[in-house]
Amino acid sequence: MNPKLLKLYLKLKKQGLNQDHEKKILFELNYNGTHDFCTIPSDGRYIKKDDKYCSDPDLYDYNDFTVFQKNVPLQIPYIFQIRSIDELLEKDAQREKDGFPRKIRVGRLVKPGKGGKEKIVVVPTTVEEKFIHDPSQSESDESDQASGSGDGEEGEVIGEEPVHAPDESSGEGPGEGKGAPHETESNAYDLGKILTEQFELPNLKDKGKKRSLTKYTYDMTDKHRGFGQVLDKKATLRKIVETNIGLGNITEIENVDLNSLIIAPRDKIYRILSKEKDYESQAIVFFLRDYSGSMSGNPTQLVVSQHVMIYSWLLYQYERQVESRFILHDTEAKEVPDFYTYYNSKVAGGTKVGSAYRLVNEIVEKENLIKDYNIYVFHGTDGDDWDTDGKETVKEIKKMIGYASRVGVTIAEHSSISKTSTVVERYLNRSRLLVDKPDYIRLDVLPSEANESRIIQGIKKLIS
Amino acid sequence: MELINQHTKKIMEKCKENAYDAGLRFDAETLEYIVTNRDLLELSPKYMIPTLYDYWVHDVEVLKEKGKYELYPSNPYETVINTRPAISFYNDNNPDWLNVMIFYHVLAHIDFFQNNRFYRHTWEYDFTGQALSDKRVIAKLRSEKGRWVDYVIEFTRGIDNIVGYYKELSSLDRPYKSYEEKMLDFYFDVFLQSTKKVKITEYVKEIERYNQCIKQVGRIGERSFFIEVNKKYPEFDAIFKKYVEKNTRNSYDLIQYLITHSDFLSKDENKWMQSIMQIVRKTSVFFQPQIRTKIMNEGWASYWHENLFLKDDRINGHEVDFARVNAQVTAMPRIGLNPYALGMHLFYHVKKLRDKGRYSTEFRQIRDAQTRKNYNTNTEKGDKFIFEVRENLNDFMFINTFVDQDFINKNKLFVADRRLNKTQTAWEYFVKSRKVEDYRQMLFNKLYHPPHIEVCTEKSKDDMLYLVHNFEGKALVNDYVKNTLMGIEYLWGGPVKLETSEFVVKTSQKQGYGFFSFYGMQSSKHETKKEEKKWQRVLYTMEKRRLSKKNIDG
Repeated sequence: MNPKLLKLYLKLKKQGLNQDHEKKILFELNYNGTHDFCTIPSDGRYIKKDDKYCSDPDLYDYNDFTVFQKNVPLQIPYIFQIRSIDELLEKDAQREKDGFPRKIRVGRLVKPGKGGKEKIVVVPTTVEEKFIHDPSQSESDESDQASGSGDGEEGEVIGEEPVHAPDESSGEGPGEGKGAPHETESNAYDLGKILTEQFELPNLKDKGKKRSLTKYTYDMTDKHRGFGQVLDKKATLRKIVETNIGLGNITEIENVDLNSLIIAPRDKIYRILSKEKDYESQAIVFFLRDYSGSMSGNPTQLVVSQHVMIYSWLLYQYERQVESRFILHDTEAKEVPDFYTYYNSKVAGGTKVGSAYRLVNEIVEKENLIKDYNIYVFHGTDGDDWDTDGKETVKEIKKMIGYASRVGVTIAEHSSISKTSTVVERYLNRSRLLVDKPDYIRLDVLPSEANESRIIQGIKKLIS
Repeated sequence: MELINQHTKKIMEKCKENAYDAGLRFDAETLEYIVTNRDLLELSPKYMIPTLYDYWVHDVEVLKEKGKYELYPSNPYETVINTRPAISFYNDNNPDWLNVMIFYHVLAHIDFFQNNRFYRHTWEYDFTGQALSDKRVIAKLRSEKGRWVDYVIEFTRGIDNIVGYYKELSSLDRPYKSYEEKMLDFYFDVFLQSTKKVKITEYVKEIERYNQCIKQVGRIGERSFFIEVNKKYPEFDAIFKKYVEKNTRNSYDLIQYLITHSDFLSKDENKWMQSIMQIVRKTSVFFQPQIRTKIMNEGWASYWHENLFLKDDRINGHEVDFARVNAQVTAMPRIGLNPYALGMHLFYHVKKLRDKGRYSTEFRQIRDAQTRKNYNTNTEKGDKFIFEVRENLNDFMFINTFVDQDFINKNKLFVADRRLNKTQTAWEYFVKSRKVEDYRQMLFNKLYHPPHIEVCTEKSKDDMLYLVHNFEGKALVNDYVKNTLMGIEYLWGGPVKLETSEFVVKTSQKQGYGFFSFYGMQSSKHETKKEEKKWQRVLYTMEKRRLSKKNIDG
């Protein structure tokens, strides 16, 4: 139990809480987990607990190609394989018309790497459903057991491995990152390529002028010796003089015999056409994720999926020119260095949405980002907040709207929560910000059973 | 894809000679292809069969992790495929010595495909040729019927893991029985004994009467015998006909049953669907033995590449290279199950058992450790014996028969398990058991085993199809039940029911949401949750693409 949280809870309790809300707070308070990573083991063999996280080669994983010829099974470059997601989704929509459930899921294999090397495989996936046995539904836990060989008495511990996979005692992770270790990933570019939909950052203002986001101009600025499009007379003359001084043809500066000067072909300086970056507005994007205890399960999946898509799309569309910052929050917010950490941290703890917005405001102020950047903020939450009237949050958001080009809030609903709107939704509506400043703040409420096309729709709503 | 060059082919031919001398038996003709990465991309979704039919699922990434091999029981990266002639695939940059080693391995695989009796149904035709014509049929139908072809493929593939592979196998090589012979067997074995429950004296009298008839009039005696029978039991004919019909029905798997009994499929405009279902079923049946002989097949191939290559003078100068690769392939991992290693060591173990005469009741009855250790009757029949084993067994039988305590001890095997350590920050792996029973059971749990689901003709009435999952202690994956049933409903053209068992866990937790409860949390953390688990028989009904479920007794 976190004593700080407890204090906070008691304070809130004093101010009065309704029953539902108290229940939610208590759930998070009692949520027994930490913000560990749910990392994907990079190598090594270990016994599987959960199929999802398994990298232990199964009995049937061995094959002649890999063991003899070192021919690592390749990741298929999806852009060659499929025409476009649109086409597949269209096929899928046709399925629905024919009266069968949809089969294609988009963007479910995500695997961010550490240190800026994002490895995201956003691909259409499917599963062929059959009647198969479910080893998790059985009386014994024998499905856990594995074969071993070597020394050791019965009962002797022969090795340890840090807990990676989520289990009862630790928090739950977004956990779509998985796959055999030999899998090579394509990077985020692939999504951008296959997403035929082109998004654009809204309200892009002229700021910073440090580097270009999109455009090039062509100009005769580059110099080239010997040949080119236009002779640069001044530069050529200078070069000729230089050469002739070297040759000793020019002795007196006042009295130069122009006829005696030698003109070497390489002395001619031309201007040639060159591709120049058009220095343009810059943008910085803040990703905010609620990783409180209540986010476990579907909401986190949805938020993370959506943020992965936005992130990959930004990487592609703006060719890595958009800066991204990542912030996680429960009752307190913290900035994390890379998408990997952002993506993989598990949920736990209580919820104070305001803390995240405050942190963004602080960062913006401290680093004076307003001057040079267009600022975008994307926040994902399940809409639950211990601070019911959202006083602090609304205050911070108001401040943020003052400088941000767009704030996009995604609320991923719990299926369990009743039809009434969530806390965050309620106080955002009350603040009338959504109505008054639709250009600067958008809200998208994802139902818990949202599929990928719904998520993409959500992105459109947030940034259009 | 191109064939290997003449130089490499020569190496292969030499390997064939050596393998043949060692006793391996296979068709002389084989095809070896060099494959590029691009080829592999195209081949792997089709299980390395270049001519397999096209299907859109091959174009998208399939979520394979969950129950991967239950869903896709064939290996996407097999080096050698069971065709006539056998085809194998290689990298173009393998050094010669490595090729020699792989060739021996491949030849042993081919020997296994062509001699192991679980592949019996694949012996008489070339699967690539078959697949090619199937592919053309599907392509043609697709040009006529469009997406509906893919629906039919999809729905049939949904049940292609429960094809009646063993039924198919057992129907092969049976001595032919005429209708009269069947009737005779039925009369004496079933009708008199089970249906009429006649007394022994009466039974013997009937036999005597039969013999009398044969003696008097020879062949037609049988007919006159049954004329009497029909007089005595007028209902006999009808009962026999029913019995025959029921037996043929029972020998159908679900796909066959749908093909022959579905009203929907027998409509003229839907008849084309039947050929697609046949193709999907045939393809599945073809692949069935691969996954059921993984340990044996790889063990057999490893046993031979090791033995043959060590005797081959082409190893000269590459002993260390070979040792490295071979160790990687055949080492028993500290934790994990390597079919190459397990299978190979088992074959060595089997050979030794037979060489020393220990594969006998006499040896098994010896309790004294020292006597067991020294027991040796010098039969030296091991070499021949392993060939018999490779001919007649599959993975389950292989493990069940030959994994014994001596094998476990010799290879220092154990069942490993893991638990959370006390600080709960790490998994501890520990030696759970070194007993042969436990180890064998662990192996069994790892083996491929599709659920046993059959049509229950008694409970199917009107236009309703009733499926029964013969429960073996494992439930079905719930998420997949709905869509699979929906596919069956489409093919059947009427409501479908599935009887299965589900695991119900009732947890009664003491902790509530009260204010004081979390003070107690620390102390109550280790309090055991009360869990009540039991199996519940349930009945799913799929009607008009809606799924409902109810509990039933039994």
